[in-house]
Amino acid sequence: MNEIIGYIFIVAGVVFDFFGCLGLVRLPDLYNRLQAATKCVTIGTCGIMFGVFLITGLSPSGIKALLIILFLILTAPTAAHALARGAHKSGVKLWEKSVCDKYEEDETK
Amino acid sequence: MRFLRWLIGLIILAAILIWIFIHPFSFLVRCLYILLLCSLLCLFRILGGPTAADRAVSVDILGILIVGFCAILCLATGRPWYLDIGIAWALQSFIGVLALSKYLEGRSFDE
Repeated sequence: MNEIIGYIFIVAGVVFDFFGCLGLVRLPDLYNRLQAATKCVTIGTCGIMFGVFLITGLSPSGIKALLIILFLILTAPTAAHALARGAHKSGVKLWEKSVCDKYEEDETK
Repeated sequence: MRFLRWLIGLIILAAILIWIFIHPFSFLVRCLYILLLCSLLCLFRILGGPTAADRAVSVDILGILIVGFCAILCLATGRPWYLDIGIAWALQSFIGVLALSKYLEGRSFDE
C-alpha cells in the first residue's frame, strides 16, 4: 500500500517538474519565469523525495530523502528571492504589460 | 512567424513524449526520460536567455531537477549512494546561486 502511494507521489512530482520547465520556456518575463519555475520545481522535487521516503520506509535512504526535503524547503525560496533582487538591481525590465512595480516605488521614495 | 515557431515546438515536444510512452520501458525509466526532457527545456533557456539573470534562474532549476533525477535513479538501480550525490548537489547548487545573485547585484562576495 505504501508503495502505491509513493508511486503516485512520484508521478505528481514528475508532472509538476515538467510543467514548471514548460513555464520556464514559455512565459514572457524573467519574474514570471522565476515564479512558475521555482514553485513548480520545488514542489515537484519535494514530491519525488516524499515518494522515495514512502517506498523505502524508515531506512537510511528514507531518512536521507527527508533531509533533502527539509533542506530544499529552507533554501529554494531563499535562492529565488536573492535572484529576483539581484536581477531587479541589475536593471532587468519588467514585461510591458505588467501592472505595477512596488519595489521600484519603494526604492525611489 | 510566431505561430510557426509555436507549432514547431509543440510538434517536437509531442513527438518526444509519444516516443517515451510507446517504447516498452519500465515505469521508473519513463520518469527518468521525462526529467531528461525537462533538463533539455532548461538548456534551451540557458542557450537563448536574453539576459544573464535568465541563465542564472535556469541553472538553479537545473540543479534542483538533477537532485530529483538522483532520487529516482536510486530507486531504479537499488543503489542508495545516489541520494548522497543528491544532498551534495543541493548544497552546491544553493551556494552557487547565492554567489551568482550577489554578482548580479553588483556587490563583491565578502559583503
